[in-house]
Amino acid sequence: MSELWRPAAEWELQSMIAKLVRENRGIEVVGHGALRNTGRVAKSDVVLTTSGLKGITLYEPTELVMSARAGTPLYEIEAVLAARGQMLAFEPVDLGPTTGAPGGALSIGGIFATNFSGSRRISAGSARDNLLGVRAINGRAELFKSGGRVMKNVTGIDVARGLTGSWGTLAVMTEVTFKVAPIPQTMQTLAFPELPDDLAIEALSVAMATPLEVSGAVHLPRNCAARLRTPKLKGIDQSLTLLRLETFAAAIDQRKEKLKAALKVYGTPIELDSEESFSLWSEFRSLSIMPFSTETALWRISTLPTKAAEIVFAIQKFMPAVAFYDWSGGMVWLEVPAAADAGAADVRRAVAVRGGHATLIRAEPEVRSNIDVFEPLKPEIERLTRGIKSAFDPAGLFNRGRMYANL
Amino acid sequence: MPHIELPEPDAGVIRRLPILIEGLKARVGQDLLILDEEGRRAYETDAFTAYRRVPMLVVLPRTTEEVSKILKFCHENDVKVVPRGAGTSLCGGSLPTEDAIVLCISKMNRMIEIDPANRIARVEAGITNLQISAQIAKEGFFYAPDPSSQLACSLAGNIAMNSGGAHCLKYGVTTHNVLGVKMVLIDGTIVEIGGVSLERNGYDLLSLVIGSEGQLGVITEATVKIVPSPEGARPMMIGFRSPEAAGSCVSAIIAAGIIPVAIEYMDHAAIEVCEAFAGAGYPLDVEALLIVEVEGSESEIGVLLGRVAEIAARFDPKTVKISSDPEQSARIWAGRKAAFGAIGRVADYLCMDGTIPLAQLPHCLTRISQICAEYGLKVANIFHAGDGNLHPLILYDANNPDEAERAELAGEAVLKLCVELGGCLTGEHGVGIEKRELMTTQFTPTDLAVQMRIKTVFDPTWRLNPAKVFPLALSDEMRTGNAVSTPEAA
Repeated sequence: MSELWRPAAEWELQSMIAKLVRENRGIEVVGHGALRNTGRVAKSDVVLTTSGLKGITLYEPTELVMSARAGTPLYEIEAVLAARGQMLAFEPVDLGPTTGAPGGALSIGGIFATNFSGSRRISAGSARDNLLGVRAINGRAELFKSGGRVMKNVTGIDVARGLTGSWGTLAVMTEVTFKVAPIPQTMQTLAFPELPDDLAIEALSVAMATPLEVSGAVHLPRNCAARLRTPKLKGIDQSLTLLRLETFAAAIDQRKEKLKAALKVYGTPIELDSEESFSLWSEFRSLSIMPFSTETALWRISTLPTKAAEIVFAIQKFMPAVAFYDWSGGMVWLEVPAAADAGAADVRRAVAVRGGHATLIRAEPEVRSNIDVFEPLKPEIERLTRGIKSAFDPAGLFNRGRMYANL
Repeated sequence: MPHIELPEPDAGVIRRLPILIEGLKARVGQDLLILDEEGRRAYETDAFTAYRRVPMLVVLPRTTEEVSKILKFCHENDVKVVPRGAGTSLCGGSLPTEDAIVLCISKMNRMIEIDPANRIARVEAGITNLQISAQIAKEGFFYAPDPSSQLACSLAGNIAMNSGGAHCLKYGVTTHNVLGVKMVLIDGTIVEIGGVSLERNGYDLLSLVIGSEGQLGVITEATVKIVPSPEGARPMMIGFRSPEAAGSCVSAIIAAGIIPVAIEYMDHAAIEVCEAFAGAGYPLDVEALLIVEVEGSESEIGVLLGRVAEIAARFDPKTVKISSDPEQSARIWAGRKAAFGAIGRVADYLCMDGTIPLAQLPHCLTRISQICAEYGLKVANIFHAGDGNLHPLILYDANNPDEAERAELAGEAVLKLCVELGGCLTGEHGVGIEKRELMTTQFTPTDLAVQMRIKTVFDPTWRLNPAKVFPLALSDEMRTGNAVSTPEAA
């Protein structure tokens, strides 16, 4: 068990990192641990947690902006936002429950460091898209800032967004500033039953091409839909193709009728009201349809919507797999049987042929240490990646091996 | 107006010009080169016209492979390269130096593929911003970022500057609408950064590239998101007795959960000039005018504008006028979009591009008036109120060198004020040479060192777009080659 270091302030974090850098000790960077069971296992001498850096430091509801220290729990932020009728539009996904880590333990820093966005990403952008600025400390123990609190900012290189998805391997964020959005007055969901995967993706694409501002476009094959708990859909024995509309109350019925008309050839949908919709889309945020199990591994595949069903079919030739298509098909969560390589060879081949990349989200720690969790990089991109890593963390102390075995 | 310093050209490189020309001819052929002085002079400046430097050579490649050959040659021969799109930069972002080659990708302007099912388009990066939208309009889509120069500016330039536009409150800026680029590094390596799907693999290098002002590589192709065209859109005008009332009204609209697609603010000076020019029907008896536009179906627009009008009524407006037909809507926007041209007829002007938190607007406008008065100059203000992007236009006479220098100094003071109030130096125009030395007011030397190390990873010997973005004194070691310790991993 590594030592646990828990600074209570930015300056303390900086002095701790300075000391660790002087002593050349490997540092595992964590928040509250929600993401510790995903990614590769970091090799470190010390665990450094940002959980002591808490608190909202700026909130201007009329400017749609908030700043918070990196260790601030997501639930705290969402509670403060909800009290003013606002939210994080990108619907951060909590990987805790599906990976066997604590649920509800996401920190705001961890959200931006890993950039896992939920269903509304197709209309509201990703976590990365909603980030405005950061303060962070790099592997040289330098405190730096990038971006700011205003929406438009092209002053110099966009280091803030460049840190998203770097899993704490470049710098430890101490404070983040991000966009917030009003909670839509009302929402409704159309659920089209019985569409096969390829036809379902086509229906989602048709919906996304309308100007009706669809804010969720999901397809659940039969074996995945059967896992839903939302009362109206619980125990359903059909595939479901789900479209969410969110807007102000006076507009929603008209939009719903227009969407039904545009999708007439795909059948008659089941309709979910605001409350039922809320319950349904919460299931996707916590990935409760992909429950934790040591019997299965979980992949996350980013691809073109029109290639998604093909990729899933190709993988299903080799193993039984349960798919959850989000982002109109552009993101596939795929559950496969647990195996020594978590099915990596077949998954990666199926994706490589059709374009996109796959990330292993859940598997036993040995599996995650023995195979590539992230899609391997092309040589010229790997060269740049190493250069960036070295520019921020020359001694390679932060989250060593967390993303790639040799980085 | 010799206020901004430009490094002395390297006489050694200029002496080698005949050899360089022969070398480039051998690699890409003579047809791509512009050698004569008249031809080169066309590239001596961009839209920041106070500064001009004739480049020693201009190259107009037609393919990524040609760009690669040119850069590799420049890399091997120690020649600086200024990448250029359409040359519409307002901050000197594509200003040449006399010892550099201008690499202009304006000939690479094809639409490669439109993919409506996946809502993306693949283009060559020299295509103009408006051409993308024009070519996908028949499919019912458009490309969202809409900088005022969209008729002329290239996507490559938009990517370099992370350009915005009037509608970014709803649709975001360039960095939210580009999924991947093909880019050539200074050593000629062709890299694909980002991709065609929404999520990136590994480090988000694309975020570093977008907005990097040609410092990291030359972008030759891009995959962009395309967005379904709205059913309809309509603006309304609200005139107020004070900037405070207008600012509070914007806050109240957003607090009510309404996100209009655009909220534009004009002060009295801007209203007067634009109305005289465009006859848009702007009220002349108000201190501040808001143009608020919403999108949706006819009935949705009716409901939303009705709610905006109700909110505005709380701030004692002098005029509230909802556009009644498409002609009137077009006139309202024509006046706003012609603002720069209209003011240009009255005087020369420097267009500043700071951003501020909305709450600071009244205070900021008062201070800007004071600053400009101190320098004996007039100012008109245009403000993208929804996103905090402020464009004070400082009026001066370009034929009067003293006034021109005062205008630059007043501009600097205005930008410093923006930073002081919690904003930033530039919202959408970029740093270029114009704001290069001001970077230290917003960033610490460490903040800038972090950025400059990223530049060094991509361009180890600092040959791309020289003397831009980073203060000369801070970047001296890297630029002059005394510190070529590239951060390669062990």
